[in-house]
Order: sequence, then structure tokens, then C-alpha cells
Amino acid sequence: MVEKTDVGRQATAAPSSYAIELKGISKAFGPVQANRDINIAVPRGTIHGIIGENGAGKSTLMSILYGFYKADAGEILINGTPTTIPDSQSAIRAGIGMVFQHFKLVQNFTVLENIVLGAEEGFALNTSLSKARKALADLSHEYELNVDPDAIIEDLSVGHQQRVEILKALYRQAEILILDEPTGVLTPAEADHLFRILASLKAQGKTIILITHKLREIMEATDHVSVMRRGTMVATVKTTDSSPEQLAELMVGRKVLLDVAKGPANPGPVVLSVENLRVQDEQKVERLKGVSFEIRAGEVLGIAGVAGNGQSELLAALGGIQKATGSVTLKGQPLPLSGPGADGRTRREAGMGHIPEDRQLLGLIMDFTAWENSALGYHNAAKYQKNLLLMDNTAIRADTEAKMATFDVRPPIPSLAAKNFSGGNQQKIVVAREIESNPDILLIGQPTRGVDIGAIEFIHKQIIALRDAGKAILLVSVELDEILSLSDRIAVMFDGQLMGFRDPETTNERELGLLMAGVTDTSKPDAGKAA
Amino acid sequence: MDYATLLQILDSTIRLGTPLLLACLAGLYSERSGIFDIGLEGKMLAAAMASGAVAALTGNVWLGLLAGIAASMIFALIHGLASITFRGNQLISGVALNFVASGITVLIAQSLFGQGGRTPPLEGAARFNPITLPFAEQVQGVPVIGPLYYEVISGHPILAYIAFLAVPVTWWLLYRTRFGLRLRAVGENPAAVDTAGISVTGLRYAAVAITGLLCGIAGAYMATALQAGFGREMTAGRGYIALAALIFAKWRPWQALMATMLFGLFQALALRPDVIEGIAGIKIPSAALDALPYVLTVLALAGFVGKATPPRAGGEPYVKER
Repeated sequence: MVEKTDVGRQATAAPSSYAIELKGISKAFGPVQANRDINIAVPRGTIHGIIGENGAGKSTLMSILYGFYKADAGEILINGTPTTIPDSQSAIRAGIGMVFQHFKLVQNFTVLENIVLGAEEGFALNTSLSKARKALADLSHEYELNVDPDAIIEDLSVGHQQRVEILKALYRQAEILILDEPTGVLTPAEADHLFRILASLKAQGKTIILITHKLREIMEATDHVSVMRRGTMVATVKTTDSSPEQLAELMVGRKVLLDVAKGPANPGPVVLSVENLRVQDEQKVERLKGVSFEIRAGEVLGIAGVAGNGQSELLAALGGIQKATGSVTLKGQPLPLSGPGADGRTRREAGMGHIPEDRQLLGLIMDFTAWENSALGYHNAAKYQKNLLLMDNTAIRADTEAKMATFDVRPPIPSLAAKNFSGGNQQKIVVAREIESNPDILLIGQPTRGVDIGAIEFIHKQIIALRDAGKAILLVSVELDEILSLSDRIAVMFDGQLMGFRDPETTNERELGLLMAGVTDTSKPDAGKAA
Repeated sequence: MDYATLLQILDSTIRLGTPLLLACLAGLYSERSGIFDIGLEGKMLAAAMASGAVAALTGNVWLGLLAGIAASMIFALIHGLASITFRGNQLISGVALNFVASGITVLIAQSLFGQGGRTPPLEGAARFNPITLPFAEQVQGVPVIGPLYYEVISGHPILAYIAFLAVPVTWWLLYRTRFGLRLRAVGENPAAVDTAGISVTGLRYAAVAITGLLCGIAGAYMATALQAGFGREMTAGRGYIALAALIFAKWRPWQALMATMLFGLFQALALRPDVIEGIAGIKIPSAALDALPYVLTVLALAGFVGKATPPRAGGEPYVKER
């Protein structure tokens, strides 16, 4: 049972035991009520999770707490003392540290310079830097937060950059640490390390607020969890009294199937065959180092891996938007990898759909309307032509309306600009466009990045339906859960190479996590190329 | 080419390089903070007119300098207002201010003095006159070094020495102080500065104000030291050459000194076609020398002289994200 507690009222009983209390926080942006009468109380020395779909108001709430926005109404209590937080400086003074989803680091500064920035002592830098160096050594020792103080940020891995963010907060004497989607960019091993760090911070009496959409992390790491939906706090529960299913239902407001229901694959003939695919970047560095695989009709090949290990280059090379060498055949026909014919349009005409990783950059033109976007890449299709000169906009609009209905795009207004849809609905526009074009092979990059849980469920169903219709699917995702639940075969990508193929039925997150880190000896039999 | 000619050329290199150096350092502060400033030219021109006019009216060159700095800073603050407060396009604002400066300086000078848009010739206390450094006369006889000290290093107006002093000061500010750390940070990633609780707007206005100050000195040097009075369009593209030097120097102070002196040398050589003919054996048109800074800058931008990476947040107004 989910026990809905009015934490705001409870708090008055013993105010000093709470690190943070928010009472009746409301915030509107124009007509949009981002936060409505939010009450939350976080006991000191606990890890408190906040979950909710995109646009539920989590980020707004945290921005209010960090002084980015002023609440229209409500009260903030820090350690029982009413506190106003007009700017970030006040938040820092109140002992609040924030680790943003997109790190706020100066890329060409050293670790030390980033830590000192804004917390310098005196005009000359030297004293601040040497003091920070000492403090940093102590902190690294205390919390397993090892980073080289003189390393340049852009040379560090994402996991290390995140540690710098945490160190920044600790150096400023933060007692309350807010982490916004901290594991989105981490390998499973890095994420485990992060949670060990959080546990030791908690043991030292720090209070941690963890904002995430990953239910598993909430279940593993938090003491309490608050669920937000459409700007309101719908429940705060003890994590041990709850279950992922209940939390998902609270988030979405209806029952959600977390596991994708799919029958066994029924692989047909080989659709896409890739041999020794290589890609060099502009600096002549090889990003894809000889990748070979096959995908059959009616199967999903999942490519797992930490972002930046060549997955983007793989999609770009197959999609015809990046020069490559090697050989790729689609239904027996060789595809050009450079020169004429190596472009998205020719690929689409050959029967290859592509849902790109970055929908806002490659999938959509944000200022264009939904109907214009839904014809992108297919604007030469015969059904969209009125005559030799003009396109049939009425047909495109009607087509878009139909797609919007099928894919449940909200709001279903074809004339609305792409930028005015939420992330999930933008993705649905792209997914609808590519799936409805009925491709033989569909390339999918990060299908659910930044997409809320209801839309994730929908997109996953569509992918499986396409597979069951006998299409080949290449799925690239950094979300292991997604790879595991959708794929019929899994390949892990590390440093531009495929680290072998695994069967989702017999592998597990731990083994895939090791492969993602480049460890090949996982003492498991290879599931084989021709599964 | 004999030693005396070399010394003459080096002397005019410093004379001609000084306004470039001041303007280049001016641009460095603004661009390091993330505000591109194509309006160095306009600020220099405004400062040249204001300093020339006030020096002519009062006969006091220091009042002229102050007026020049004030005029330049007004232009800088307008640029700040447009690009920081109102988040406008920095290039458009800079170009617009250049046009305004080009027109308004002639207009004001004409209405004040009625001499076809010029100020009356300045002399005496209305000009920055060359100062002779200590012992310059005495060591003049020492071979090689003596004439170098006397001819090249000594004998420049005080503003030139200020310009050279500004190089180590800028370096120290940029790399050894809290202000410099924040300034560099705000040009690279303003969000990092903002979340550290420092005002992005405040920092950028401070940088733009320093730009105005240095451009003001550069303009005053043009009208009251290099020349004896203001004439229309007298900056003659120096603001753009300074900008080119800034890119060539990759936004670093010591390299800015090197770049501006190199470009100053080209200008000095352009004035002495006989010397070039003597060395190269062929006649090189002075227009070719005038174009050299731009050619070198294009080469620098194209990556032939190492990689020139501008401050990453340059040119983009900072908007807090939700």
C-alpha cells in the first residue's frame, strides 16, 4: 500500500530533525503551473528520491531550492530555519550543493581551478589554490573521490567529471547535496561507485536528494521517495514500503507495464550485413575500428555501451551521414559508404529508416511545424506531390494527423512547431515518421532518451510490433534495461569495436557492464554471431 | 640596411604598434568574458575625437585623455547593454557602433571647430610628448645597446609605456587572480560561473568596461600622441587589425604583444618602401604590406599557425536554463 503522508504538517512536530522542508511551494511560468503547492520534508542524514516524468516539475522545484527561480508562494526551511534563497550564492551559504545533469564545469580549466571558482579567498589565486589542494586531498581520502587536482576537465571521463562536481559542493561545505539524473551518463560500474560515495556521505550525516527517472536506483539507494506528477507532489513514501510498479503507476497516473511483453523472435533471411566498418573522425582518429555483424528480418540487434564508444559513428555511417570504409549490404545490395549515394535520402529509398540519437539536432527542425517535420526525408515520396512543381501540403497534413492519432502524439496539432512539443512527443513524431515509412531495416539511436515513462512504454511496443512484422532493427542505447528488454541479440560496443555477442536470456547487467568497460574475460560462452 | 635604419624601423614599429597593442588588450578582456567586440575601431575613433577636441579646447592633454576614455566607455557600455542585458547579436551591435562612431565624430568635430571634421592641430601641453628615459643621453655612446636604448626604447609618449606595462598586468590579472579566473570561466562556460553564485552579468560588464578604458587610451594615443589632432577616419582600420592580432595571439596577453608588434612592423615597413626594395630586391606595393596582418590572421584561423580556439561561450548571450 502506498501511504500518502502530509509531510509538511508532520514536519512541525520536530522541525530540527529535517534538513529541508518545503511548504506550499508554487511556481508558474505564464499559464503553465510548474509547481503546485509542493510539500516535502527531508530528514537529515537520509537519501531522498524524487521521481516524476519529464515536465512533472522536478527540475523547477530544485531550481527554486538552488536560487535559480523565485517561488510564487511557499516557504523553504533549512534545518528548521525559514530561509529565502534569492540566488545561487545564498543556496551555497545555506549549505546546499547541486550536481546538475549537465555538468557546470569549465572544460579547459584544471580540477582545482573549477573547485575554487566562486569560492576563492582573496584577490590573488595562489593561496586559494593551495588551500583547495589540501582540502581536496582530505575529501578524496574520506569519500573515495579520487581525482587528479591538476588534470584538465576535458581529459577526464564523465564519471570523474561528476566527482569534481561533488567535490565542488563538498568544498563549499554543502550539507545538503542535490543530484539531478546523476547516472544518465555513467557506466554501471561508475554508477555503483557513485552510490557508494553517496552512502558514505550519508554516513557522515549529509542529506542527499536524488532526482532520477530510474526506478531501480530509487529502490536501491533511497530511504524515502517523493513522486511528482504534473506539478504536484502525489505521494511521499518510505522506499522499503513501495515497489517499482507502484511508483511507476503513481508517476504516470495509470498502470504501466515495466517489462516489455514480447514473444520469441522469428528471424528470417539476413537484411543488413556489415563487414569491417571503419570510421575516422576529422582529426584522423579511428572511432570505429572494424565492426562486423548481421541483422536478420524479424530480429532486434541491441548495441549496448557507454556513450562515446563509437555507437554514434556506427549509426551515422550506416545512415549515410558519415564517410566510412568497409562493406555494408542491404538485402544483398551493397550500400555506398562514401561519395555519391552515401546520403540519408538514398538510404531511405533503399528501405532504411533512421531514428537518430539526437532528435533535436538530426531528427527534427525545431522551428518547423509537426507536419513539415513528418515529411522530412520523405518529401520526395510520390504521395506528397501535387504536381511536378508543388508539394501536396494538404496530403502531408492529413498524413500527419493520421500518424499523430496512431502514435498518440499530444497535442495532436499538425501545425504546432516541433519545439513546442515535450521531449516524448517530439520523439513520437520522429518514430511515427520512420516506422510509418515501412522500412526493411530501422536504425534506432537512444529511442527513449529524455522521454517520459508512459511514452517509453509506447515506443517500446512500437519497436516490438515492427520486429514482429518481420523488419530488422538495430537498436543503439546507453540504457541497459532497454537493451536487455528489447533485444534478441546484444552486442556491446567499446572503443570502436564490438566486444562479442550475448543472448539477453543468458546474460546479465553485470556481464554487460564489464564488457562496456572493455573487460572481455567474463567467463561466459559467446552467444555467437548467428543467433 | 644599416643599423641606423633598423633602429628607425624598430622605433616606428613601437610607435605604430602601440595603439594596436592597447586595442588588442582591450579586445582580449571583452572576448575572454564571452562578448565579441568588433567595435574596437569605433571606440578608438570616438576616443580619438573626444580627446583631440577636449585637448584642443582646454589645452590640457590629460583632460583630453579622460574625455577620450569617457567617450570610449560610453560606447562600450552601449555594446554591453545591447549584448549582455538585452542579449542582442554582438556582431550587429559592434558594427552598428562602428558606423555611429564614424559619423558622429565628424559631425561633432565639424560643429565644434568647423574645419572639415578635424580638430585644430595640437601642440605643447595639449599633446603627449615623447619622454626621454633616464640615462638615455648618457648611454647613447655605448655601442649597439646605447643607440637601441636611446632610439627605440626611450623617446615615446607616456601612453606607450602604459601600453607595454598593460601586458604583464593583464597576464597577472588573467592567470593569477580571482578576477582573471572568473573572467576566463565566464567566457568558457557562463553556467559554471552562475551556479558558483557569481553574477555573469556583472563580470561581463566589468570586462566590457575595461575594454572601453583601454580603447579610450588607444584612441587618445592616436589623436594626441601619434598625430597632432583628430582627423576623420583617422583610426584607419586599426581596430580590425587589433582584432586580427587578438585571434593571431589566440587571446593571450604576451602573444598579443608579439602579434601587435609584428603587425606594427608591417605598418612601419609599408612607410619605407625603399628599405624593402633594398632587402628584397623587388618593389613590394605598400598595399600588400597593409594586407599582411589579415593574411596572417586568415592563416592562423585556418590552423596553419597552431589552433586558434576562441573562448567557447563567445558571441552567445547567456540565458539561464530551466
